[in-house]
Amino acid sequence: MAHISASVYTSHVPAIGAALDLGKTAEPYWQPVFKGYEYSKQWLQDNPPDVVFLVYNDHATAFSLDIIPTFAIGTAAQFQPADEGWGPRPVPLVHGHPELASHIAHSVIQQDFDLTIVNKMDVDHGLTVPLSLMCGQPQAWPCPVIPFAVNVVQYPVPSGRRCFELGRAIRNAINTFDQDLNVQIWGTGGMSHQLQGPRAGLINKDFDNAFLDHLVNDPEAAVNIPHIDYVREAGSEGIELVMWLIARGAMEDVAKRAPGVAQPQLNLRHRFYHVPASNTAVGHMILENPGR
Amino acid sequence: MALDKPYLDVPGTTIFDAEQSRRGYWLNQFCMSLMKADNRERFKANERAYLNEWDMTEEQKDAVIARDLNWCIRTGGNIYFLAKIGATDGKSFQQMAGSMTGMTEEEYRNMMVAGGRSANGNRVVGEDGDAQAHRQPQGRAGQNAKA
Repeated sequence: MAHISASVYTSHVPAIGAALDLGKTAEPYWQPVFKGYEYSKQWLQDNPPDVVFLVYNDHATAFSLDIIPTFAIGTAAQFQPADEGWGPRPVPLVHGHPELASHIAHSVIQQDFDLTIVNKMDVDHGLTVPLSLMCGQPQAWPCPVIPFAVNVVQYPVPSGRRCFELGRAIRNAINTFDQDLNVQIWGTGGMSHQLQGPRAGLINKDFDNAFLDHLVNDPEAAVNIPHIDYVREAGSEGIELVMWLIARGAMEDVAKRAPGVAQPQLNLRHRFYHVPASNTAVGHMILENPGR
Repeated sequence: MALDKPYLDVPGTTIFDAEQSRRGYWLNQFCMSLMKADNRERFKANERAYLNEWDMTEEQKDAVIARDLNWCIRTGGNIYFLAKIGATDGKSFQQMAGSMTGMTEEEYRNMMVAGGRSANGNRVVGEDGDAQAHRQPQGRAGQNAKA
């Protein structure tokens, strides 16, 4: 059977992709950002997944205002890196996993989450920047990736609670797939940032670090944060953090179990925080499920 | 019954909700068209003519030509869509975001390197933070434009 071995959380700032693509990683401005991912790149090589389930948001790339799905799962065999207006990033084609993606879609819809199934879409920096941060600049990405796009562009976006419960449903779905696949789930976006208006540039280190603390030790506290708190405390685009809760909800320690059955402990492998990358606070964490 | 919109009293911030999205539909769809290289060239060759192909209001067209992103947002634009205009102009996201504050590029960049804008005083309209209406524009760029 397939299983989730670990969850990875990271910001997906477009300027990080540009810094990599333009060879600026050694510049003093960018060096501390990439240093924070050195451990993670080695960790990924040491713990190679068969598939990455990557939760991100589309930034008016594949989805215009014609169609705005709240949750969209990519079931295609491949996904082209998008031209977001600067020309496409020079990164490898993203290969999907149509069998597992279709299985997850079927199972999760039966668990009352109405996913939109997408057989054709380009993927933007929301998906490719996390891959670049974790994999560097390979000729091909190390494994298939299932894109899972969440609407965080047009308000109201899904609540933290709904995202967390969706994560639980995704775990159930993966655990019932017949092939023996090692799956990682990645939650991306955030942390505090605001890209618009006279309030652009807002950063809230206290909020971000409390969020990271909660994510490790008390995910329920993060789940209960209402939208308006993200907007006031972490900026209008900080609301992307609800996507991290999908990945967190898929972890073993929060699975619904019979009363009296002990919950396993997760292993915190890495935690990193840095301000700024362009307009944004960069947060990153790796949480592993206990070994099987 | 009125919808619950608890975000209307956040200073310097426009939440892109269904109402804004309806208002800005054609403005944002015009922006989407700039993801194609051919369209970027046509837009750059004659902005007004290209904008006239879209069912936008005259105010929205003026806001685009002025590259006033705050104005674009007031008329229904969303920053992720508007970013395609900046990309067409060869601007980074940081340059675009900074342009909405009245700061010069350098002032905005320095603010970010120093840890960004504080949430203190900027959570609710009526406080005294730097994003509040009575403290605009914030930097030299905006002050020069005003003078």
